[in-house]
Amino acid sequence: MAANVDGAPSVAILRQHLIDPEICIRCNTCEETCPVNAISHDSRNYVVDVEKCKLCYNCISPCPTGAIDSWRNVHTSEAYSLADQLLWDELPVQLALEEGHTADAEETSTTFPDDVERIAAAATSGQGGVAPPPWSAAHPYVNLYSIQRPTVATVSGNFRLTAEDASSDIRHIVLDFGNASFPVLEGQTIGILAPGVDASGKPHHVRLYSIASPRDGERPHYNNLSLTVKRVTADHDGAPVRGVASNFLCDLKKGDTVQVVGPYGTSFLMPNHPGSKLLMICTGTGSAPMRAMTERRRRKSATGEDGNLTLFFGARTPGELPYFGPLTRLPKEFLDINLAFSRVPDQPRQYVQDLIRARGKDVAGLLRDENTYLYLCGLKSMEKGVDEAFSDICDENGLDWKKLKMELLQHGRYHVETY
Amino acid sequence: MSIDYNQKIPNNVGLSDNKTLQRALEHWQPEFINWWQDMGPDGSQNFDVYLRTAVSVDPGGWAHFDYVKMPDYRWGIFLNPAEEGRKVNFGAHKGEAAWQEVPGEYRSNLRRLIVTQGDTEPASVEQQRHLGLTCPSLYDMRNLFQVNVEEGRHLWAMVYLLHAYFGRDGREEAEALLERRSGDADNPRILGAFNERTPDWLSFFMFTYFTDRDGKYQLCSLAESGFDPLARTCKFMLTEEAHHMFVGESGVGRVIQRTCDVMNQLKTDDVAKIRAAGVIDLPTIQRYLNFHFSVTMDLFGADVSSNAATFYNTGLKGRYEETKQDDDHLLSDANYPVLEIADGKLATIQAPYLNAINEKLRDDYVVDAKTGIERWNKIIQKAGIPFKLSAPHKAFNRKIGPLSAAKISPTGNVVSEAEWTHHHLEWLPSVEDRAFVSSLMGRVDQPGKYANWIAPPSRGINNQAIDFEYVRFN
Repeated sequence: MAANVDGAPSVAILRQHLIDPEICIRCNTCEETCPVNAISHDSRNYVVDVEKCKLCYNCISPCPTGAIDSWRNVHTSEAYSLADQLLWDELPVQLALEEGHTADAEETSTTFPDDVERIAAAATSGQGGVAPPPWSAAHPYVNLYSIQRPTVATVSGNFRLTAEDASSDIRHIVLDFGNASFPVLEGQTIGILAPGVDASGKPHHVRLYSIASPRDGERPHYNNLSLTVKRVTADHDGAPVRGVASNFLCDLKKGDTVQVVGPYGTSFLMPNHPGSKLLMICTGTGSAPMRAMTERRRRKSATGEDGNLTLFFGARTPGELPYFGPLTRLPKEFLDINLAFSRVPDQPRQYVQDLIRARGKDVAGLLRDENTYLYLCGLKSMEKGVDEAFSDICDENGLDWKKLKMELLQHGRYHVETY
Repeated sequence: MSIDYNQKIPNNVGLSDNKTLQRALEHWQPEFINWWQDMGPDGSQNFDVYLRTAVSVDPGGWAHFDYVKMPDYRWGIFLNPAEEGRKVNFGAHKGEAAWQEVPGEYRSNLRRLIVTQGDTEPASVEQQRHLGLTCPSLYDMRNLFQVNVEEGRHLWAMVYLLHAYFGRDGREEAEALLERRSGDADNPRILGAFNERTPDWLSFFMFTYFTDRDGKYQLCSLAESGFDPLARTCKFMLTEEAHHMFVGESGVGRVIQRTCDVMNQLKTDDVAKIRAAGVIDLPTIQRYLNFHFSVTMDLFGADVSSNAATFYNTGLKGRYEETKQDDDHLLSDANYPVLEIADGKLATIQAPYLNAINEKLRDDYVVDAKTGIERWNKIIQKAGIPFKLSAPHKAFNRKIGPLSAAKISPTGNVVSEAEWTHHHLEWLPSVEDRAFVSSLMGRVDQPGKYANWIAPPSRGINNQAIDFEYVRFN
């Protein structure tokens, strides 16, 4: 264990490698594969010894179930022991890690509502669970308002971002918190409780939205924030469905009130040290956290915590790209912007991964740089294409993407939120 | 160690350096493809299937995913890397260097072991060949085909050993492996369980859970063999076998999940209502479990077996995790408990350990198989339903060995012929049970759609979405 100069135990965060006992089928492949004998088992569970595991990732691809690709952020001093793991029926929930957090802190304050857990797990499933935050991230406040005890925000603006003739209705909604304490960071999400009940008479599930404004507010130094909300009119399969929360939000008028819970998110946060670089990849409303981070950097540009921003942004057409106008007006030396449009008449379909490939050399340069932090937000279908593009670029430039990705995740430099 | 894919037969055994062997196997290859076309998955040879193919045997390379037409799958010969200075770790030859060639005196026994193992591989492909027509989703169809092509590759692994080390006899055995047919009255497969039908997907999931898990235990004990090429072959086969058990464990789990969901929606445990809702009731799942568990028990062979003693003592086939066993690895003076029927009851007697090697493997298997059943119970428990699945007694419904002489209930009581007749429909799936399960089987082949009787998986293959197009029809 690392120790601080004064001898106090360090509270370094470790992305601990674990095996999901609910999914593991005890086939022994991982134990057989591990070159340092870090994996062992009893008649019930397969477990990973945190002291022995060298994070070589040799065991990841041979696992037939994906159970091996499970990770939890823990304080180094509180890593799960073999004895803990052998008793598990399921993985523990990811605890929100707080500065100065101690083992005897009340557990209730560090667990999220079930709905939030479920959504967060789905959004980060492609990377095996959340990564730790960048080392220079600011400390986030989470869970200030629970579903039982939400706060109320007032709508101070609601603007359509997409062109009138665009097929999607995406809106920029500004919420004012008045005197309520609601401190947030770029990359965090808030929960919206839509009024009313569902078909079975229960309250609607909480819906999560990424904050689109920087920490000091859409309008700086007023207690407000903005969201980017797409009106949902079809489900994943294209069948018509009216999204409860999104339609509620998109129909709000100035002065209306909304029940808000959260904030949530301790991982998808931006680095704050000078010289840190952001590589941002998004589609549609996945641009919200990217806008927040970009705007934060723009406002801080005088302090040296500026620039070094690269954005790959995809939409069907320019008219459907939220924040299209303001984005294209930013100077190229501040933001290296790459826009991909997949449905422009008479033009070949272009996706973010195509542009990433086209910029292969530059992207490889960024991937090599340990000050680069990657953010991916948008539709789940994008994740695979982007992963393959990174893999190809790495092959061409003498890097090993599988290994590199694991290192990036380990060091809080790769963050994915897809839905 | 990379695999040479430029060869007609992909391999990591330097096949091109041994022209005689290469020619022999290249002669066998078209016969294998003919067999696959005749007896492989029915009506699906032209599909593009999202399959995993090994591109090398090291951890980074053996799980490569892409669309492949099954007849174009690169079946090949892959051995785990040789272990420097490996020894025979048990039996009379313990401590000698592991054999790189077949010792003459053990030739026929070793051949018999390899043929028996090899025969199960094409047998299961034959048993499962019609299941694609009734798959509950593209995801499941893909998993079925992955299992099938890998069973095909396991046949290749055994045929390589026969060709490379057993001369003319070996070549004839390799031919015969393509000639026997599962369930054929005149020329059946060697082991009983591999002549049973796999008529529906619940049977398939039970088979891959219980019977492929027997495969794991057999391969693990062959991976301990003093005959090094067999050990290295089986080690690599185990990494593939893992997927098959995954299909079984998660498949049964998803069936249970769906049934529990419907029971809770309808707030009922009435079998008739549950069946009317188009899902499989838990008692039927228990009866399928009893059947597949008991059939698999027989695969371990007779409880007391002189053959097993010989295989062990001569260093051909070890125990599960042989090198982790804390004993002398000779077992000449040790005893092991086995069951027999005495005075109309099951009784435990001590048999010489060497003769009870089969029983030891069976017991290790039972512990593992029960762990998975407990995982299924967790699903039922989470749904708040008061029902528990359980493994039947290991003596239940045995067809070989001394225990087959009596009728034994799932709880391990010897019962009369009359009692058996009275109760066996509570213990084993009836014709009606099977007909009901069959009635649910209908092909669902739209991406992201799942049959009513099974829950979708919690995650996709290779991190793909569960609505990924795992199979493309052409």
